[in-house]
Amino acid sequence: MKISYREAMRQAMHEALAGDPRVFLMGEDVGKYGGTYAVSKGFIEEFGPERIRDTPLSELGFVGAGIGAALGGMRPIVEVMTVNFSLLALDQIVNTAAVLRHMSGGQFSVPLVVRMATGAGRQLAAQHSHSLENWYAHIPGIRVLAPATIGDARGMLAPALADPDPVIIFEHAQLYNLEGELADDWQCDIARAAVRREGSQVSVFAYGGCLPKAMQAAAELADAGIDAEVIDLRLLRPLDTETIAASVRKTHRAVVVDEGWKSGSLAAEVVARIVEDCFYDLDAPPVRVCSAEVPIPYARHMEEAALPQPAKIVAAVKELLNA
Amino acid sequence: MEPVPYDKAFAIRLLTDMLRIRRMEEKCAELYGAGKIRGFLHLYIGEEACAVGALHALTAEDNIVATYREHGHALVRGVSMNAIMAEMFGKAAGCSRGRGGSMHLFDSATRFYGGNAIVGGGLPLAVGLALADKMQGIPMVTACFFGDGAVAEGAFHEAMNLAALWKLPVLFCCENNLYGMGTALERAEAQVDLSVKAAGYRMAAAKVDGMDVVAVLEATRLAAGQVRAGAGPFFLEYQTYRFRAHSMFDPELYRDKAEVEKWKERGPLHTFSARLKAEGKLSEKEFLKLDAQAEKEVAAAVDFAERAELESVNDLLTDVYTPAVAP
Repeated sequence: MKISYREAMRQAMHEALAGDPRVFLMGEDVGKYGGTYAVSKGFIEEFGPERIRDTPLSELGFVGAGIGAALGGMRPIVEVMTVNFSLLALDQIVNTAAVLRHMSGGQFSVPLVVRMATGAGRQLAAQHSHSLENWYAHIPGIRVLAPATIGDARGMLAPALADPDPVIIFEHAQLYNLEGELADDWQCDIARAAVRREGSQVSVFAYGGCLPKAMQAAAELADAGIDAEVIDLRLLRPLDTETIAASVRKTHRAVVVDEGWKSGSLAAEVVARIVEDCFYDLDAPPVRVCSAEVPIPYARHMEEAALPQPAKIVAAVKELLNA
Repeated sequence: MEPVPYDKAFAIRLLTDMLRIRRMEEKCAELYGAGKIRGFLHLYIGEEACAVGALHALTAEDNIVATYREHGHALVRGVSMNAIMAEMFGKAAGCSRGRGGSMHLFDSATRFYGGNAIVGGGLPLAVGLALADKMQGIPMVTACFFGDGAVAEGAFHEAMNLAALWKLPVLFCCENNLYGMGTALERAEAQVDLSVKAAGYRMAAAKVDGMDVVAVLEATRLAAGQVRAGAGPFFLEYQTYRFRAHSMFDPELYRDKAEVEKWKERGPLHTFSARLKAEGKLSEKEFLKLDAQAEKEVAAAVDFAERAELESVNDLLTDVYTPAVAP
């Protein structure tokens, strides 16, 4: 069955709400508006305003309230409109949700799910377009997911809700309209990275909004006779180092694609692990394709120039292979 | 002054709890000097009537959220002095297994949700606990303690608005000791009458003499009763004063000794014990006996903490995440 990423996410939330009375959705415009990205359209009519809870513009307050509700026995899904706005709630996520279990000597777990849109590509400029996944992936005590496929959009929410600790799900804003087949085996365990395309000459690592770009690049490379493997990191914390290393040991070359800025990026962490674990398996230094170190600009041509693009990935791979 | 409206046993209970906090914390200061307790240590000395009065007005099923100045609240709530002292010693027998220290006392058994040391950070948490109770039809109150300093934080205003908007059973317990660390209230707030702020959220509010344990208890009982009955949240200001420095690092350059001495005249322990004596509910001999009992409990707690085991460093990474349940 062909569905959109948005519809896959909607189905996942619908299933969670229908199946567990402890689950509720809370955030800005999730109810009457139907969700900023229309993921929760129609939910308020079906589940009522108590469980599809519109909030004021109060990110710190309602993310904190989600933490408290999780402690109090509920299973909240808190939607934050974009990762840029989530900075207003960073204190509650980093100083409370992530540390509470440890700081209390194991007495209080926080089974909270926070969903937020991330990423550029819609000319929304420098306050609505950034990719700060790595900020969260830096923090022990939380789990960070980046569904990049229809299957993961459908499959990641249930295990996230079943997780006793805080889980942050990043949904790249450019993916909502992505359409594709929902395979029968969409269930996922949120424990491993995924090999999206097998290949032998180079490993291309990507996540979220960069995965379709990496897949497109791999297809173009195939046309040029280059056999690239594409790994979807999809679990940004903890990183699945085993799958990453296994791929590099096979191909001996690594390109890491990341919409975050190169300095201090998730791509930097992936490269560091490759170097630590597979240094002697490498035939060439690892390469990163990241966003330009600039606040994301408004003008279309400038925004496109700032972001990783399939052509840049293709060029990086060719250079790496001296092809 | 009105007579103390409690029987002798309950009045003595209140006095005893204030004494236990006072003697425990005096010992903590001493142990800090001796290097047994480290990190930050924020003493509650002078403010004991607030925790004692407030917590005796609540039920065991209510949720408590507190700040980093929470030794007294934890103790009155029922966390053992042994577990509190062991926590400050960083021992595995501590109420947070030595992972929290003085600022992060937690106890799930008594629904004591910390020990939160980001000023204002506990308030949204309290809103969420109350939201969970309301959604599950649990008729409990979430009492959230915070200082006057928290009122300047965005978290305070967001939490007040959400609680009022959703008519949640939160009792906002503001312990106004007139200073946010070293900054006097009038140097931090355009409106120093804190109870007025609740009006902006159409929330019921009251202020009470936080040096008087009876006044605190009665006001809290009234406020908690309204909250429990479903009238929505309540903002209660306890007007109090801390006799000691903000923390052990504070040279107290920002206030006059004379001001501190003036407030000490209204100290919650001696004023209440004098009242009980005047009413014939307490003799000097009984007082000395209670004091000796408190000192004994403190000595036993210190002994317990001294002898308690340190957690193995092999367990360093324990409880960053919740262990998977064996299938």
